[in-house]
Amino acid sequence: MPIWEFTLIIWLGSLFAGLLGSLTGLGGGVVIVPLLTLGFGVDIRYAIGASLISVIATSSGAAVAYVREGFSNIRVGMLLEIATTLGATGGALLAAHVAPQSIAIIFGLVLLASVYFSVKGPSQNGTNGPPDPLAQRLRLDSRYPARDGIREYHVRRVPLGFGLMGIAGLLSGLLGIGSGALKVLAMDQAMRLPFKVSTTTSNFMIGVTAAASAGIYLNRGYIDPGLCMPTMLGVLVGSLTGARLMARARTPVLRWVFGAVILALGVEMIFNALSGRI
Amino acid sequence: MDREKPALTDERMDQIISAILRVGVGLAALVIFVGGICYLTKHGGQFPQYHTFRGQPEQLRTLPGIVGFALSSHSRGIIETGLLLLIATPIARVVFSVAAFALQRDRTYVTITLIVLSVLLCNLVGGYR
Repeated sequence: MPIWEFTLIIWLGSLFAGLLGSLTGLGGGVVIVPLLTLGFGVDIRYAIGASLISVIATSSGAAVAYVREGFSNIRVGMLLEIATTLGATGGALLAAHVAPQSIAIIFGLVLLASVYFSVKGPSQNGTNGPPDPLAQRLRLDSRYPARDGIREYHVRRVPLGFGLMGIAGLLSGLLGIGSGALKVLAMDQAMRLPFKVSTTTSNFMIGVTAAASAGIYLNRGYIDPGLCMPTMLGVLVGSLTGARLMARARTPVLRWVFGAVILALGVEMIFNALSGRI
Repeated sequence: MDREKPALTDERMDQIISAILRVGVGLAALVIFVGGICYLTKHGGQFPQYHTFRGQPEQLRTLPGIVGFALSSHSRGIIETGLLLLIATPIARVVFSVAAFALQRDRTYVTITLIVLSVLLCNLVGGYR
């Protein structure tokens, strides 16, 4: 397959991944690495580099819309970015010392876990708990536009959220994914932020987290221009289109289909790694 | 309310951040696209070799190397410059946040944001192997 054909197919595949990722809220980043490694036999290190780049593009692209709507909590985001960037640095440094097969297995397990949390759906937590002294000192409490007007919320359990964010960052740096699901889990379940605020703040943080490990990957020579070019452009176009379509329709069916695809990719990733094909 | 010196509110910060991200991603995508066209016209007929990992040449691993490569109009250098712009976009947002929190006289958050910024910059120019 000559380069122009390879580029075109990767572009189309990435476009599709970005579209489904933003329509289902699962993120396109998780399928880029399986797509490139399982579908095109690309070395997993190149695939992780390209995925990381596309994650920065989608996160920054989508954040444009979210930030303007005033859902995200920039203080919570900035504080937790200390944890995610340090974690991402650790993950990227670790990536050089872990065998590609082990990375593939961890990747497969993360895919399976993200399907589980996606099927479980968002929790309906009460956000009117008592104020937390640490969160108050850090001025994390805020408000957001709910359906019935502006609502105040209190942020809880900051240290637990911070720790979970460190793990999210580590996985992001090791696997080249956004770790959006884990970030949302940390904010929504542990810190008791409203779900909408959790998802938008998470999206907002993903770009910074990915930029932290992208620097290291670049220095290591994992970022290949010929591969990143179609991946980034495809995922960007796909996710922006998806974001536009989403305003019109929420599709539970699509979520199930994409969940099944991710499940299959996770299993195949683990299988291929164990049988020595990655 | 002090009308003459409107404070930089969190909402206003949001809007400026949104603009930074839009410009950054747009510019990066444009440069990558242009570089991609050059790359395909030059190398489109060759065969990709991504199955085995060799890593990028030294030149495409450091900031001065990439910019120099792009300036001598190498298509891969142009794409890589676009990728650098993309990586720089979230970093630019953090730089802006430092300034914004400083204007709000919020020392705690200036410190927090500076920590994040230093991690990002160290990783980008750290020369990790």
